[in-house]
This record gives sequence, C-alpha cells and structure tokens, in this order.
Amino acid sequence: MKFESPAGRNPIDQGRVVGVAQPRIDGPLKVSGLAPYSHEYHAEAPGVAYGVMLGAGIGKGRITAIDTSAAEAAPGVLLVLTYKNAPRQFDIGHAPPGSPAPKKGEKPGRHNAPQLQGPAIKHFDQSVALVVAESFEQARAAAQLVHVSYAAAPGKFDLAAEKQHGTVPEDAPDSVVGDFDAAFAAAPTTVDVTYTTPDQAHSMMEPQASMARWDGDTLTLWTSHQIVHWAVDGVAGTLGIPTDKVRVISAYVGGGFGSKLMIYGDPILAALAARQLGRPVKVALTRPQIYNHTSHRPATIQRLRLGADSNGKLLAIGHDVWCGNQPGGEPEKAADQTKLLYAGANRLLRTRQTLLDLPLGASMRAPGEAVGLLALECAMDELAEKLGIDPIELRIRNDTRYDPEKGPERPFSTRQLVECLRTGAERFGWSRRDPVPGKVRDGRWLIGYGVAAAIRNNLTVASGARVRLGGDGVLTIQTQMTDIGTGSYTILAQIGAEMLGLPIDKVRVELGDSSFPQAAGSGGSWGANSSGAGLFYACRNLRDAIAAKAGYNSTDVQFADGRISANGHSRSLAEIAGHDGIAAEGKVEFGDLTKQYAQAAFGAHFAEVAVDSITCEVRVRRMLSVCAAGRIINPQTARSQCLGGMAMGIGAALMEDQIVDTRFGYFVNHDLAEYHVPVHADIPDMEVIFLDELDDKSSPIKAKGVGELGICGVGAAVANAVHNATGARIRDYPLTLDRIMAKITVPAVA
Amino acid sequence: MKAFTYQRATSPAEAAAAVAGHHGARFIAGGTNLLDLMKLQIETPGHLVDINHLGLDRIEPTAGGGLRIGALVRNTDLAADHRVRRDYAVLSRALLAGASAQLRNKATTAGNLLQRTRCHYFYDTTKPCNKRVPGSGCAALGGSNRNLAVLGTSDQCIATHPSDMAVAMRALDAIVETTAPDGTARAIPIVDFHVLPGATPQVETVLQPGELITGVALPPPLGGTHVYRKVRDRASYAFAVVSVAAVVAPGTLRVAFGGLAPKPWRVEAAETRAGADAIADAAFAGARTTRQNAFKLPLSKRLLASVLADARG
Amino acid sequence: MPVTRRDAMMIGGAAVAAAATGGNAAVPHQPPAPVAITLRVNGKARRLSIDPRVTLLDALREHLHLTGTKKGCDHGQCGACTVTVEGRRINSCLSLAVMHHGDAIGTIEGLGRPGALHPMQAAFVAHDGFQCGYCTPGQICSAVAMLAEIRAGIPSHVTDDLMQVAFSDAEVRERMSGNICRCAAYPNIVAAIRDVQEAGA
Repeated sequence: MKFESPAGRNPIDQGRVVGVAQPRIDGPLKVSGLAPYSHEYHAEAPGVAYGVMLGAGIGKGRITAIDTSAAEAAPGVLLVLTYKNAPRQFDIGHAPPGSPAPKKGEKPGRHNAPQLQGPAIKHFDQSVALVVAESFEQARAAAQLVHVSYAAAPGKFDLAAEKQHGTVPEDAPDSVVGDFDAAFAAAPTTVDVTYTTPDQAHSMMEPQASMARWDGDTLTLWTSHQIVHWAVDGVAGTLGIPTDKVRVISAYVGGGFGSKLMIYGDPILAALAARQLGRPVKVALTRPQIYNHTSHRPATIQRLRLGADSNGKLLAIGHDVWCGNQPGGEPEKAADQTKLLYAGANRLLRTRQTLLDLPLGASMRAPGEAVGLLALECAMDELAEKLGIDPIELRIRNDTRYDPEKGPERPFSTRQLVECLRTGAERFGWSRRDPVPGKVRDGRWLIGYGVAAAIRNNLTVASGARVRLGGDGVLTIQTQMTDIGTGSYTILAQIGAEMLGLPIDKVRVELGDSSFPQAAGSGGSWGANSSGAGLFYACRNLRDAIAAKAGYNSTDVQFADGRISANGHSRSLAEIAGHDGIAAEGKVEFGDLTKQYAQAAFGAHFAEVAVDSITCEVRVRRMLSVCAAGRIINPQTARSQCLGGMAMGIGAALMEDQIVDTRFGYFVNHDLAEYHVPVHADIPDMEVIFLDELDDKSSPIKAKGVGELGICGVGAAVANAVHNATGARIRDYPLTLDRIMAKITVPAVA
Repeated sequence: MKAFTYQRATSPAEAAAAVAGHHGARFIAGGTNLLDLMKLQIETPGHLVDINHLGLDRIEPTAGGGLRIGALVRNTDLAADHRVRRDYAVLSRALLAGASAQLRNKATTAGNLLQRTRCHYFYDTTKPCNKRVPGSGCAALGGSNRNLAVLGTSDQCIATHPSDMAVAMRALDAIVETTAPDGTARAIPIVDFHVLPGATPQVETVLQPGELITGVALPPPLGGTHVYRKVRDRASYAFAVVSVAAVVAPGTLRVAFGGLAPKPWRVEAAETRAGADAIADAAFAGARTTRQNAFKLPLSKRLLASVLADARG
Repeated sequence: MPVTRRDAMMIGGAAVAAAATGGNAAVPHQPPAPVAITLRVNGKARRLSIDPRVTLLDALREHLHLTGTKKGCDHGQCGACTVTVEGRRINSCLSLAVMHHGDAIGTIEGLGRPGALHPMQAAFVAHDGFQCGYCTPGQICSAVAMLAEIRAGIPSHVTDDLMQVAFSDAEVRERMSGNICRCAAYPNIVAAIRDVQEAGA
C-alpha cells in the first residue's frame, strides 16, 4: 500500500495497547541470557570451526610479502586465507546476479565488502588474513604466526591539513538562499566561530560477529546486522551469488548505532572459509579490531557565521562543513539540520569533502545532525550571550512554521520546538540560571545550566510484514525488521494487538530473518514508524480476510477482546482462524508527502553540570529532554531510547575521541579502556517528556523516530552548561579537563 | 595467545623454583593484566605458574606495629580491611579509585605493583616500543602522549605506571617482601622497587628472575588525615590523568603523585617546603613535558593545593 | 617434543622481523596438553578437558554452551562477561578456566529463567534496564553481587566515611561502573537495583 495522503482515523488511534507503556516482550529472554546473538547458535552449527582475522599493521601501502607457512603448520589450523588464495569477490558496482536494477542514485552492489583481494592496504586493520582452526585459541595463536611485510606509503590522515582540498560532495550541494555575504556583513550582531568534532566510535557492546553454514549452494549466515536485506545484498553481491542463495538471521543484535549497517570482514570471511572447509565457521571481530577495521563517525570542522538584528532575529545563517573520507565514502552532512531549524532570509550552507586514508567514515547515530548541532547550538548560545538575550528566547524568536529554504509552500507536518523549549524551561527551572558565567557555586564545584534545540529529519522506508492468526488465537508477526535494542519486538506486538483487538500476550513476533518479508530495518530512526506501517497494512489485510471468512462486511466490523463483531453478532478469532489459521501480508511504500511537508522530530535538551573548579572535571548533575516525535508507540521503550541518546550525547560532549596518529594513519586508542564512553557514574537520573503529537503525514501509525532525536543537541546543551559554569567556551570537542583548564575564567576554590 | 604449559604451585618455594626453572615462565595471580597482555601477545610466557593457592592471602599485624599484606590479598579485601580503612585510609582510597569492582575482586596486591603501562603504543604490537621490543624506538614521543609521563622519563620511554595503589604505598613507605628461587628473602623499600626507564625501559622493577613477591609490609600507622584524589577523564573505571596521595599529620607531610611518572612519584625533600606551590615546584623539578601533557604539572599543582587545604581543614 | 633447530631459528628471526616490519611475527609452540578440570557451574559439576589458554568466559560460552555470559571486549574493559566465582563477581574474560578447577561459578543461567526470574531479572524487565540486551546478563550478575558487597560492608570510591557503608544511588552508580551499557540504560538499571534493594530491606 502506498502511503500518499494524510492518514485518517484508524484502529491505532484507539490507544488501547499502542501508546501505553509496555515492558519489552523479549525482556525475559534477554535478562536470563537465553536470547541468542549471532555467535551463539551452537545447535545450528555442529563442528563449527573458529576463524580469527588478522588486520593490516599499516595505515596505507601494500603487502610486499606474506608467509603463512608457520600458521599453516600450527596445531589445529585448518585453513589460512590471504589475498594469494582467497576466492575472487566482487566490489561495489557489482550487484548480485539476477537482482533488479538499483534505485536511482544508488550504486549497484553498494553493500559489497570484498576481503583479501590484493596486496593494497587502504586502512589500518584492513583484513590481510583469516586463520581458521579447530579452536578459537588455536586460531588466535596461529593468526600471530602469519608473517606480513609491508611497504608503507604516505597517506592523508589529517583533516585540518587536507581540508583545503575538499570538493563539493554529490549528495551535499551548496544551499544558497538570499545573499548571505551582504546580510552577514550588514548584521549588527554576528558570531563567526569554528568548532571541531572528532572521529567517534559506535562502541556497541556486541562486536560484529558472524557464523556461516553452507547447505549445498545455499548459505545461512547468522550475523549481527541492522538491516537484513542490506546484509543479504552485500554478502550475495560480494560472493557473486543470487540473493535467494543467502539466508541471513539477525534475531538479536547487541547494539548498532550505525555500526551494523554495513558488512565488514566477519560475514564474508566466515562464508568463504565455511565453503572451502565444508563445515560451519564463525568469525568475531576482536574489540581492538573494531575501531580501525570497521567504520566510525567522521570528524568535522565547522564554521558557523550567524548575523542577527538587535532583537535576535537571524538575518544571515552560514554553516561551512569540512569532512574527509575514503574514496567512495559519504560526507558527514553536518549542515543538514541548519536547513530547517531556524528562520532567516539569507542562508549559505556548504560541505566540502576531502580524501583521507583513515578507516571508512560512515553513519553513527544521527549522522549529520549529531555533530552539526554540536556546533550550531553552541554558536546560537554564543549569539545569545552577545545579544544579551536568553538562549531559549533567541530560539523562540527564530522559530519557523515552514521550510525556510522552500518557503510557506512546504510547511512542517508538525513542529513543536517552541513548546519543547517552553515546557522544558518550566520543568527544569531554567529561570534559576544566572546568565553570567561562574556565578553559581556548590563548594569547590561550579554549577552551570545549558540548553540546546534538537531536530532530526523524519525518514521513511518501504517495509513489509507477514501475519498469521492461528487456531489458538495467537497472532504471529514475521518481518525482516530487526530489534537492536530499540524495542521493535514490543512495539510491533503492540501494533498487532491493537489492530486485531488482542491482548499483547496473544501476539508473537519473529524478526531479523531474510526468509520473512523485506522490511525497513533499523537505521535513520525510520524503523518503528516504517515497519509499524508495513505491519499496519498486513494487519488490515488480515482483518479483511478474517471478516470475509466470518462472512461479515468488513467496513463496519470491530476487533476487540479476541473477537470480531458486527451488527450485534460476534465470533471468536480463534474459532474463525480454525485449524489452518488465516494469513496475510502487507507492505508500506511512501509517496511524496515528505516532499510536500517538511517532516522532522523536535526536542529541547536541558543540562545542569558541575565543574570541579580545581581539576576541571565535569559531572552532569541532571538532564531533561522534551521531545515531540509524533505518536509515541511505547512510552517506556521510547524513553529508554532517549536516555540512551542523552548519555551518548554526554559522551560526545565530554570524552569520546578517536585519536588519530597522523604519522601512522590510524586510531591509536582502539579499545574500551582508552576510547571512553560514559559509565554508570557519569550518568545521573535523567528525565524525558514526550509532548502529545500525531503526525498524520508521516504514516498510518502517525509516529516518527526517537532513537536519534535523543542525541541531537545534547552535547551542545552540556557544552553550553560548561560555559555557563566556568566562562570557558571550548570549541573543540570533547571538552576534556585540560581544555577547560586552559580557558577557565573563574578562580579555583578549594 | 601463545601456547603455554600450566602448573599450580603449592608453596612459595615451589613457585619461585618453577619460574626460575622454565625459560620464559611467569607467575599468574589475578591475571587481570597478564592475560590482557597475553591475548595481544605483548606477554608471551611459555609456562604459567599459578600462585593463587600459596596461602599468601592474609593481612596480619607486624611485630613493629604495622601490617603485613599477603601478596595475594585481593584489592577489594585490602581496601575493605578494617585496619587499613582505619589506619591507612589513603591506601583504601587509592585502591577504591582504581579499576572496577570486578577487577578489584581478582587483582592482587603484588600484581597491582607489577602492572604494565597503558601507553597506546606499548599495547600495539605493530608499533615501535622500547619497553616491548628493546631498541625498536618510542612511538609515544611525537605521538599520542597526552596521558604519559612528565617526570622520570628518558629518551627511550615516557610511559607512566598506571597503579593507584602503589602511589598510596609510596606515601606510606611500604616495604615489598620477596623470596628468591634459592629461598632467600629480601625486603625492598617501595622507593627502590620500581626503576626509571633510562636506557632499559623493559626493566620496570628490581625483581630478579624467579623472585616472588610474598607480601607488602606497612610501617606503623602515621595517624593524621589521609587523602587520595584521582583526576580522570570519566567519573569511574578510568586510569588516572594525575593523582595525589597525601598523609597530613602534625609535623608530618607525605605527598606522592600518580600519573606523572614511570613510578609513583615522591620527593621527600619537597615535603618540608612551605606551601603547595613550593612543594610542587620542588617535586616537579626536572620535568620534561610535551605539548599534549604539559597540563599535568599545573593540574597537579592545583590538585595538591586543594588536597592540602582540605586536609588541613 | 624437543626444541628443533627450526624453532630456535624462528625465535631469533621473529624479533628481527617484528622490528623490521612492524609485523606480528611470533614463535610457534607445541600444542599444550589439555588439562582436566571440574567447574561447579550453577551448582552442577561440569568436567572439561581443555587447552589451558581457554578463558573462563570461553569455557562457559564455547565449551559448556552457556552463552548468557557475553564477550564484549575480552579485555576486562566492559563487564559483559561478569560471573561470580565463589560468590564474588569477576570478569570471566581475564581468568583462565584452569585456574578455577573446583570453583563454584555463578552465571546468568543460574539466577532464573523466563517464568521463574530472579527478582533482579524481573526488576530489569519492569524498569527497562536494558535495550539491546548484550551487557544485560553481566549487569544483572554484577548487581546481585554488588548488593552483597554493600551488605558485607565493603566500601567504594564514593563512600564518604570508609567505616560507614550504606546503600545509595551514588553507591550503585560507582559500584556498577565496571559494567558498560552503550544503550545507556543506566538510570533504569539504577531504578531496578533500588527496587530490589528496597524489597529486600
């Protein structure tokens, strides 16, 4: 079904199950350790062999010699693969045989990830060998016996040094409205500031891991992936086999945040080795390998130029972004949110992407907005300070009801930014903030408040589902949709229960299997809304089928309490389903409502920080996020999503930094001891408020995403609070204590 | 991890002899640092002697009025011991500031003293490191060294010692007790236990091959106020950027620093100076900083001033 | 088997190669003889004959197929592998199985199962103390042991008076900091633990 006009009233609006806090239905399995992740399917792979990948020891160059003899002779070793003996695979540009032509603008075989295809080294920890042995210990030891010699080549590893060579990325053209230069030059109050954000690591808790088993010419791959059909395409395309010969299972995914949108060495190497050995093989990346072998959120340099009149009305908005990536890598579109967030007649947004030889930069939670808002929302704070206007008031004065680039003909479908700011200010106690930095103390601690606005573009993706009502009255939902911690199992059960008038314990949800209908998967915050919409249509078809079988006119039937009723008659669904059950499928495709309407989720984040006046250590004392993101399908899991985003935003503000060694061309702090993410002690109690909202232009579910909204702007709120506490305006993330100490304007107090 | 043979020792003498008798043998106690390094093949012992069952897990009073801590007393148990909490609070505090509860439950007193550095390049076998491969060079000089040492370094190595516990023990003038393979016992003042890198950064202590730490003796309690303040990049479960262990009693001031040097850093002569700045200036004489880690000196100075102000109330 | 000339040459050659190429060259070793051990896992004696290199974590996951204990980092930096040994929580990734011959090991599978959850497991579900679920068994094993540590009077970094140990949210946050949750269910985990503490108090 194509969703191309605003949704009318539908069964989801009943709010009987949907919209009600519901503990995760996968909870009991997860808390008892029984939910299987990709590396854990022992019963499905008797005799599994263990593969350990060896990564390249240089950042760029080539392998000059490779000696596998010691590894091959080592105890238990079954196979050593290198570029010298690895089967030929297919790079991006080669779609799986027999697959349909790619969509406009998409490269064929865009998910391919060939391994061991030659001596060229493009980045540190690129795979150079796979050693397979009877045991993990044998494989790990033997991998260290593969002797690789390299000729290192000079590479480009320093974004600041290379940024001058940047060019306009194909998918991030300059955005020019009005005359920015003239307006900025004439504006009575301006800020012109440059912020930098570092490379960041997803750091999901489950490393990328895969287990491969061949049955004849059919591959079954248990792998940890966010979007099942992308994994199928990538594996089939790389191996050069049809997609119907690859079955991917990602039933439980131990965290994603973008890290499992692509495939890396593990599924391909496992599949190649399993085929060659004729037995199942599993390969997990080691934690240290993840940082340089896989992808990361790329660093940016961002120049913000804001010009305002004396009332704070923005006259000129300029946002220049510099980023870098491997050839073929995407830009970090950190100016995207600036297109939509504030009014202003003269606008200039530019992105310049330069070639870097670091590992591949790719999507991490809210790509674009997460780092763009770190700069934009601090620049707004700087402007507010310069104008002497409260930062909340400044944002309210620059609110817009429509896409400021396109004009009133493209209104927002919903936009409650002002309500988010006002509600948050009230609930947080913003009026207690002293706008003069360094005024509030608690012993040796300096206290500061900060605020930032949040916006995350609403994305929608085609998605399908299969549903079956059994004679036991249980509704079974099957879809390729994944649950990476987002709550998909639970919210799909809620939608199914709502549609069929069942209690949630009469709904079973099966996810993450490519033998189910293709679905949106988990990325870009599109999962809940899109997969929910696909399920909505599947359930609508099932309702029709049930009504037809029951002999009811489907237009005026009710589904409630496990029964269908019409005109005073009522029958149990279980009875109608009977022994054979009733099944249906459905799929959503999206029309051009996103073109007609600007669609985004909005929020406002408030942070209170304490900065140790002596050591400049920062502790976030409390946070509040107010979000308006369409229908909140499950307030409990949605709140958790926001909490997670807020914590990741705190990490981005204060500690997360993949340090580049520009001499060797790699990230030096490649483990969880040295790449810091927040621990329990870093995260205070945090509050999330969802404003009532239904977005009928978004989907029949009327929802939008929250998983990424939660991080957007958080780091800026923290940084603004640090400034309010200390007077230090740090424009290089993260705000480590040494950076604060260098700029703090308030004397230390013992 | 390279293959090794495994032996469970039943007495200190047997353990010491076993390590002395096998080329490339190592003791294993908690294993929290050794196994981490073995997985990366930074440590590659061919034989492991498990010393967890030697009975060296008691804390007992010494004849001189101090405490003797068995080498295998776990960090948690040492920090929680009532006598330590009461009389050597700086030691409890330092232990509790380190690692995580899980690691402290396993890590031992002796093992904590023998922790290896967390320098990025020591941990990366694809890079030069004089500590790991003598003569290969030091990638940290000119590399990522924000958290590395500013005192006691050499042109060969600027690694820090990562322990919190050892910093407190240095302030307390602890004595490391050992037994050699031939049964000889020795008592090594902690000031002499760790050695500076000089031209041989691979040598980190004065221990001889096969020499086993049996315990650590603490002198009689000093009384006074005990403070351990650790500065780090997140609120918990992180190594020190800098730390200060201080014991302040009438007529007594002891100050040792962590995170600044290849060993716990204490300059006794500086402790007689008046005022935190003068103490710090004397203690930090001869410092060599990099652009990235120069902040550690002013930070330590600020921290010391704060600690002394707190301690003196 | 005696050390062969080839082995001896490799020892010499490896160091040179490593220095010259920055490679990972190392010395091949004879396969170690498997070691027979017994682990008492969740109250059941489990006999294993294993390579001494096998960590307690891998013994549980790969040999006993108790996959509830997770491998997040394999280097003691995340806490996903937390189990109890003789009642104390440790990182099972940084301990060799052979070192635990005869020890009582407690894993998530021993706490409770769907339909008969341990109160801590139930509280995690009720408070949404997890998202992806991967760090969760470690968090739960850690939380149960952590409450016992507070009851036993073991102080922590945030204990004001070392002689007075009491439950508080700040204590929980510090004591649970060895269990990283990137989904950051931290506030919900603290709420779950608080519930269990209050119910047991």
